[in-house]
Amino acid sequence: MTKKIVCSAALLLAFTMVSLAQQPPSQPPPQQPSQIGATISSGAIGAPPKYAVPDFIAPSNDPTTTAAAKAIGQVLWDDLNFESEFSMIPRDTYQSIPVATSVDAAPIDRWRELGADAVVIGSVEPTSGGQYRVQVRLYDVKSGHSVFGKEYTGTMSNARFYAHTIADEIFKQQRGLNGVARTRLAFSSDRDRERMAGTVENRTVKEIYIADYDGANQRRVTVGRSLNITPAWSPDGQSIAYTSYRRGIPQIFISFIYQGRIEEATKGSQNFLPAWSPDGTKIAFMSDRDGHDNLFVMNADGSNVRELTHSTGTTINASPTWSPSGTEIAFTSDRSGSPQIYVMGADGLGLRRITSESYCDRPTWSPAPYNEIAYSSRTSASGFDIKIFDLGTGQIRQVTFGQGSNESPSFAPNGRHLAFMSTRSGKKEIYTIGRDGKGLREITKLGNNYEPNWSR
Amino acid sequence: MRRQTVAAVGTSVLVLMLAACAHKQPPVARPTPPPPPPPSAPAVAPPSTSEPVTEQPVVPPPPIQEDKVASSSLDELNRNSPFADVFYKFDSAEIDEDARTALQKDADLLKKYPDWKITIEGHCDERGTAEYNLALGERRATTVQAYLVSLGIAADRIRTVSYGKEFPFDPGHDEQAWARNRRAHFVVTSK
Repeated sequence: MTKKIVCSAALLLAFTMVSLAQQPPSQPPPQQPSQIGATISSGAIGAPPKYAVPDFIAPSNDPTTTAAAKAIGQVLWDDLNFESEFSMIPRDTYQSIPVATSVDAAPIDRWRELGADAVVIGSVEPTSGGQYRVQVRLYDVKSGHSVFGKEYTGTMSNARFYAHTIADEIFKQQRGLNGVARTRLAFSSDRDRERMAGTVENRTVKEIYIADYDGANQRRVTVGRSLNITPAWSPDGQSIAYTSYRRGIPQIFISFIYQGRIEEATKGSQNFLPAWSPDGTKIAFMSDRDGHDNLFVMNADGSNVRELTHSTGTTINASPTWSPSGTEIAFTSDRSGSPQIYVMGADGLGLRRITSESYCDRPTWSPAPYNEIAYSSRTSASGFDIKIFDLGTGQIRQVTFGQGSNESPSFAPNGRHLAFMSTRSGKKEIYTIGRDGKGLREITKLGNNYEPNWSR
Repeated sequence: MRRQTVAAVGTSVLVLMLAACAHKQPPVARPTPPPPPPPSAPAVAPPSTSEPVTEQPVVPPPPIQEDKVASSSLDELNRNSPFADVFYKFDSAEIDEDARTALQKDADLLKKYPDWKITIEGHCDERGTAEYNLALGERRATTVQAYLVSLGIAADRIRTVSYGKEFPFDPGHDEQAWARNRRAHFVVTSK
């Protein structure tokens, strides 16, 4: 209640100041911001605004608060840098600028001298009972006014989450953009080096791990002592479907990671590669239940299984992915003699082939507003690269270029980034990269890591 | 001296007892007359040659030979598998001539040990994608299962599992390793 009132007051303050500033945007932003007039623009036409994010203020000076204040400033700078919407001023150039005495008393003139168009000033204070108050203001340096203000309360068990929340709110307000700072990656990892139960061969288990979108907070979420691979986040972010060999043969399991509960969605024959429908009600998957290798769709609880492809013989149908509207499914099939990407209606009708290359797999359909399918394409005898097929134009562009093998792409929920597996370091590791091929970031370093999936 | 006395006394007692028994027996019937003499047979000439006499000897059963395959544990059995794995060409689940030869021997073994149940693991080399190889390994295992069924093995004795490229047998990154890793591998799961 208190928090709500304070937040509302802060927002009111911000918007009141905005209305006083009466600063119309000199240049329309790339996407519609939620509050016209609150947008901070660059002085130069076409150039992104320059942002500064110093350490947050820690008036109480205790070690936890000081560490959190520093961490939030650094992580927020990284988060705001990630979308390439702002020109981030390096943090090592801020030394000469005095620390603000409060979020409402920042030395704006000094930030203006540094060349900043915007500066984020925040504070962290312990309240009582292990709780903290984090306040933040986004200043338009030109006018000296705050265009965004908010206050949060909570524990300091994960200071990074305050930064991620602030970043997503700033992206929304300044750029009308859905940020991904609070999203997560799921992937399969052999880092524990545990031996698989029930086999005489020396086989190592793989377990499902999750991490924040920037690779922080990596945690294991399965204890199968088995192969647990091809994770897929449910659209609500509450559960992860994956292929598990826990019962000896591959089955689709669903782990509700915040409840410690597991459901077995399939039984019997071999079932692999779950893909959630965008509304979270259905799962498409691959199964040999009819003696062949076909794609099926079922309700998320495992009921009402329907066959989508009807291949016979040794034809393969694999790697389903849903269109954002849920009306189409792209997948891999070797019906032409080599693995290629196809698209069909979610009812299995209206098949069309979209690639004619050497070997393509793991299509992953981009969320709106992009109308694209990323996939792994064999580009050399030893490996694959990530390519993107534009369904509107039919054009194909390449995102990676032969540094190791690059496979298993998965789009970020805003469609602007991809996670993928690459062997470029000599091991199999997870990376993220922009859909324009820029901004490569290494997410994992421990053991080998496979088949990333980006939460919605 | 003493022994003779004991013997004499013992003999007297025995005689007395026998006399007593005889006394109690019922009167004996007149003896039957002797049988008539057999009709006279023609005189047999002595054999000109001797005839060998042989009795059919009893031959003891062969000693029970321990069936090392049948008596080994599942782990031992799978460590030194009596089954021949099946190998494939790149991106193929086709059973070629070599594979048919191997599978005939595997089928004979399964007929010899009708209690055994097996799992056929489909494996792929590292060159394909992880996802597609799950499907390819499934095709390889299922194709072998179907072939064994055509040779008379009950389908419910054979479970199939695709491991894709998850568990290479040879960690190498060359043609030889890849060829070794494209296989259907037999595992005995119960006996």
